[in-house]
Amino acid sequence: MTFTAPDIDYAGISPIIALTAGICAVLVGSAFAGRHQRVVASTLSLATLAAAGGLCIWQWGENTDLVSGALRLDELGLAASLIAIASAAFVIPLGWREEAFDAELGPAGQGEFQGLVLSSVLGMVLLAQAQNLVLFFVAIELLSVPLYVLCGAARRRSESLESGLKYLIVGSLGSATLLYGLAFIYGASGSTDFTTIAEAIGPSLSDDPLVLIGIALAATGLAFKLSIAPFHQWTPDVYQGAPTPVTAFMAVATKAAAFAVLVRFFEVALGPSASEWQPALAALAAISIAVGNLGALGQSSLKRLLGYSGIAQAGYMMVGVVAFSPEGVNALVFYLAAYALMNLAAFAVVTRRERRTPYGDDIASVQGLGREAPLEASALTVSMLALSGLPGTAGFIGKLFLIEAAVEADYTWLGVAIAIGTMISLAYYLRVVAAIWMRPAPAEAPPAEALPAMAGGSPEADRAGRCRTILALTALAAAATVFFGIVPSPLVDWASAAGDALAPFLG
Amino acid sequence: MNLVNVLLWVPLAVGAAALAWPRDAVRWLSLAGTIATLGLAIALIADFQTGVAGPQHVVDESWIPDLGVRYQLAVDGISLFLILLTAIGWTAATAFSAFRPVDRPRTYYFLLGLAETATLGAFMAQDLLLFVLFFDLMLVPFFFLIGSFGTGDRVSATLKMIVYTLAGSLLMLVGAIATAILASEEIGHLTFSMAELRTHVLSEGSQDWIFFFFAAAFLVKMPAVPIHGWMPDAYRAAPLPVLALLSGVLAKVGAYGFLRVVLPTFPDATVQFQELILVIALAGILYGSAMAFTQTNVRLIAGYSSIAQLGFITAGIFALRPDGGDGSVLQMVNHGLVVVPIFLIIALLAERTGTEDLREMGGQAMRAPVLAAMFLIITLALLAMPGSANFIGEFYILNGLFQAKVAYAFVAIIGVALAAFYAIRLFQQTMHNRLAREGTSREISLRDGFVLAPLVATIVAVALYPGFILERGEASVESVTAAVQGEGEVVAARDVP
Repeated sequence: MTFTAPDIDYAGISPIIALTAGICAVLVGSAFAGRHQRVVASTLSLATLAAAGGLCIWQWGENTDLVSGALRLDELGLAASLIAIASAAFVIPLGWREEAFDAELGPAGQGEFQGLVLSSVLGMVLLAQAQNLVLFFVAIELLSVPLYVLCGAARRRSESLESGLKYLIVGSLGSATLLYGLAFIYGASGSTDFTTIAEAIGPSLSDDPLVLIGIALAATGLAFKLSIAPFHQWTPDVYQGAPTPVTAFMAVATKAAAFAVLVRFFEVALGPSASEWQPALAALAAISIAVGNLGALGQSSLKRLLGYSGIAQAGYMMVGVVAFSPEGVNALVFYLAAYALMNLAAFAVVTRRERRTPYGDDIASVQGLGREAPLEASALTVSMLALSGLPGTAGFIGKLFLIEAAVEADYTWLGVAIAIGTMISLAYYLRVVAAIWMRPAPAEAPPAEALPAMAGGSPEADRAGRCRTILALTALAAAATVFFGIVPSPLVDWASAAGDALAPFLG
Repeated sequence: MNLVNVLLWVPLAVGAAALAWPRDAVRWLSLAGTIATLGLAIALIADFQTGVAGPQHVVDESWIPDLGVRYQLAVDGISLFLILLTAIGWTAATAFSAFRPVDRPRTYYFLLGLAETATLGAFMAQDLLLFVLFFDLMLVPFFFLIGSFGTGDRVSATLKMIVYTLAGSLLMLVGAIATAILASEEIGHLTFSMAELRTHVLSEGSQDWIFFFFAAAFLVKMPAVPIHGWMPDAYRAAPLPVLALLSGVLAKVGAYGFLRVVLPTFPDATVQFQELILVIALAGILYGSAMAFTQTNVRLIAGYSSIAQLGFITAGIFALRPDGGDGSVLQMVNHGLVVVPIFLIIALLAERTGTEDLREMGGQAMRAPVLAAMFLIITLALLAMPGSANFIGEFYILNGLFQAKVAYAFVAIIGVALAAFYAIRLFQQTMHNRLAREGTSREISLRDGFVLAPLVATIVAVALYPGFILERGEASVESVTAAVQGEGEVVAARDVP
């Protein structure tokens, strides 16, 4: 028996190697860093993310199978990976003075926090490129488990613990459902490889009960992860309870990776059954748009509001999948990038306001912000206007893209659903804008249940210093949102590469 | 650099500069910017070739090739004077604001600049999607202007306005996309260019539903009668210079949209729903007039009179005859020229009497003959006195309507008579009668005179020579109505067994 060493495409998996090495370096490095842990951990993490991002850009344009076909290196996967990596790089500075990782554990929290974020990013990169059922599941768990921990990281706040536990239970249920679905599909097709599954299903098995049950369960499982209604109940609670930087990361990066795998799984592996799953996903999209937008109307907590808005936005993005066309994938990838920019700006402002006002994430915390901090106020305004899809922002181009894909795929009613959803959404996005510019800063005393006293950190100390980094990041994200609304071509071309990569599979 | 391109972006550039300008001098910078814009608009008219139907000064650049959206701007006989009206309106509103203290002036003048660019863009866009984009963008600065600088219950008023109007225009976005995609099957590539869409008309079934999406957007914007719910609150809350623009200029974009987009692109549906829109227009005339002479809030008197006047303009467009269209184009300009100074005068009167209730005003002409004279000229123009350009405009509209649908024309004539009631009531009860207890009669200040006198002079000038507008618009209006008239005959021929 001879042993032939497998041919490994080191260049192709280089982002994954970089992330893995980086996680080890962050954990080990921060263990020995003592008092300087925040500096050491952050330097290492940001360097890791920069390296991984750079390698992704370097591999841009490659189209190959990696690791005996378990991973697919193409622009769709790389685009989603880049969104995940960029949002992690955005979120790490947000966590610098987060009490959960700082005040309570001392600087020791930073190493773990950043290590967990990086692990989750690794899961996302793998997930975005997965084209094998086993790897698909492993990656989704690698993505989720660190997030369960991160959600519960603020151990002295019961909401955070509740959020972590809730996410753990619901997330596990979602994973189990997904796994069950994958098992059915394996049972029907006899293969774990996406392209082989597609061949096995072909026209003959496209409406086979086993396949249909598999589709239903897998769609349900992914809908849990993506917080698509009616599998969204966990979202507002978890978003509200988790430390804000974690919420931001969860809202943005998870969506990018999970949508990438959703597209790949449904359009590549289950492409032959498209006529079966398209109506189902269309219904999910419509329900999500309705539930998200209606749910957000009555919210006074900004994080809950953004949670519900995320449900609605996921519904919009789902339309890109339903279209089952390269244009749909383009639209989806464009929207994912735009969504990342607008949401990160919003969460960054919420993070900063949480530390500077006694109102937590209540809408009162941004009242009168227009006079107090015009730059921050403008950034949040841009973010809200972009989320509501007003022109001059990337959000408008994204909606345009999605509606175009929907109409082209003969799902005009979904285009109308997006329009109606957007109308409803104006009511709550503009409420935030009105609070920023048109209402005076709240004068009455802060609510009695203020945050518990923190050791080693005080609101006074947080006023200056690190918060400026957040302000710069906020401004950057908002500026990019406007820039891509006026000059969308670079981002459109970038997103189109993803659709083109998938085009051969879409017939 | 193309003149159109410069004209479009100057206001926004000045507005952006205003954000960084010294606080006390911002208003003068903005005023200079609007005057420069006005100069460019006049240059555009000087450069315009009369008798040419098609677009002039065309700008055509690729913008988002993947989505088929192009950056296409141009001017034709329909939009030419609306662009001038925009420039005039903004100059007047900016000048009027400049003489008064404004809270947060940088933001205020930036928003005004953004709003002017967006409005000009809506009048200039030749790409359907670009039009939708500017149409929506217009609302954003007005949302902030009313919400941040308004009075009374401004926040809920502005929210109501934006939700109402965007509800219409989001449907229009879907309609525009559907039009382009359905047409692309025939054209062979995805395009939003209005010129190309016009030559590849959709099937009747598709036209019908898309027509409603567009009509909803334009009718809400005007506002037309069953969907004018945002109007009273927004008019009560808006700062008066901003309200002058909202009523004088923005409302015209809706009517303009019918001429620019709906008639040429959806001719079959236009013919089919002609009577429906005419009924809405007539309802607007009657309801608006009736409300205008029962209201006591002066802002709402002017607001409801606008509903009536826009009913007239819509009726003229949906006569689907060249005469009606010509009259509507002229009347859009006339009405804008009349309404902008009316709201500015209301502001002056409110400063003098401390109220906006008609019953508590009065006697303002006593020591202010110049102000009264100017107001009288404006009032006479509003009620379309023979000799005013408004009379010519209404005459053309009615002429078109008589040719098309006689019964509707008779109803519309009632509106002409009603206009005299509410216009004279407004003038009399503010300027004549006994001086109200609280108020003082004061002559118009020199500075405000500089703002109002040119507006009144323009009204007089247009009254003396309305042909200046009519002859430049005729060719373009003809080309728009020709598409529909051809269809009308086809439909009529189909009806004959």
